[in-house]
Amino acid sequence: MWDTSLAKLSATGSLLKANAALLLVTLALFTAGAYAADSVPAATSTLPWWGWALALFITCFFLGIVAVPSGVGGGVLFVPIVGGFFPFHLDFVRGAGLLVAMASALAAGPSLLRGGLANLRLALPLAVLASASAIAGALVGLVLPATTVQIALGLTILFIVALMATAKKSEFPEVKQQDRLALALSIHGVFRDAAQKKDIDWKVHRTPLGLVIFTLIGFIGGLFGVGAGWANLPVLNLLMGAPIKVAAGTSGLILTLASSSATWVYLSKGAVLAIIAVPSVIGMMLGAMIGARLLHVLKASVVRKMVITLLLFAGIRALLKGLGVWM
Amino acid sequence: MNSPEDQPVISVEQQRYATWLNWGMRSGLALLVVSFIAYVLGWLPAFVPLEDLPKIWGLSTTEYLQQTHAPTGWDWLAQTAHGDYAGLVGIAWLSGCSLLCLLAIMPIYARRKDWAFVMICIAALIVQLVAASGILSSGQ
Repeated sequence: MWDTSLAKLSATGSLLKANAALLLVTLALFTAGAYAADSVPAATSTLPWWGWALALFITCFFLGIVAVPSGVGGGVLFVPIVGGFFPFHLDFVRGAGLLVAMASALAAGPSLLRGGLANLRLALPLAVLASASAIAGALVGLVLPATTVQIALGLTILFIVALMATAKKSEFPEVKQQDRLALALSIHGVFRDAAQKKDIDWKVHRTPLGLVIFTLIGFIGGLFGVGAGWANLPVLNLLMGAPIKVAAGTSGLILTLASSSATWVYLSKGAVLAIIAVPSVIGMMLGAMIGARLLHVLKASVVRKMVITLLLFAGIRALLKGLGVWM
Repeated sequence: MNSPEDQPVISVEQQRYATWLNWGMRSGLALLVVSFIAYVLGWLPAFVPLEDLPKIWGLSTTEYLQQTHAPTGWDWLAQTAHGDYAGLVGIAWLSGCSLLCLLAIMPIYARRKDWAFVMICIAALIVQLVAASGILSSGQ
């Protein structure tokens, strides 16, 4: 039975690696004609509209598969990869990226709340500030030149890669004493750890600093349309001391509010195109459903390495494109 | 199936938020899928013909709006007979469903005299409403 499980795990891992390789090759092929779009948009696409919509759906499906087991949000994978390898203007990609981040978080939200892994008392104060700053980020992003945003996006993605490669996790961080704000707002709780079959009490500290950092994260999420799953988790877990499972669940809940406020801005400015946004959302959500099932059989570290490689590639591509080196 | 002792203890407001979020998410996704099928299969006419999109989706938002005369702000609501704007109804619904969840839990906090969280919910509602109103976007 053990051998069978190992074989299954190995086969699934190989399948995922093959998927990632296929995705990289496909993206590299798209690059050939895709992004001369900045200069001569009319002459760029040889594929018909439905070809691009289908390619977008397939890409997002694969991204959705790796987004869940790696623990990053869909938005942070979507924007640099689709922005770098598809012919759409970055304005529309960022609008769709926020929607992808929001839809993935919305899909997971109800079960996380019911399972006690997302906590409203922890999420709401942080989400208010993240939502407000996400609006500011979205407004700034839509007035900056595309090349400036592209360079900043590339640098941000490379920073996220470094963060992912080096950040540690703490399953149950030690919080000796709550800060005054956390005490006043009663930010604490209990969650049922299914693995240990026992209730775990948790509380947080350093709430004021957490609020400041969430304001910054919200701004970046709105600016680049990348959501904020990549940053919410380490701040909730390592800085504020929430257990890793509560941090992951609550991060998604914060994302539903922060991304939706920025999405309104993109919608209002006419930066959401149904032909880009809808296949992306559907593909990402279908992929995420499969990713959630693979969560139990995959080694998180393997998927994490794959995602880091993908992001490194996409980050370098965004940076070089912004600098005009690799169009 | 989990035994009762495996079930986590969840607050009433969290249960209600989850229920409303679940319905909001499901209905929004259904709207999104149905409207997109109607759009790409041509059951609803497109505001910008699908065949023209590859020529203009590489333009910035400003250039795209100038070229297509596409609506901004809430003006897209008047164009929902077109497939491309019918799809935005599902997107707006997904973006707005958190508002309903916040409204649904506020009475629970108020009954418990948890005024801090009533104020936090009001602040979250104001932020979402300001973003949705388009006031900030039109000011640019």
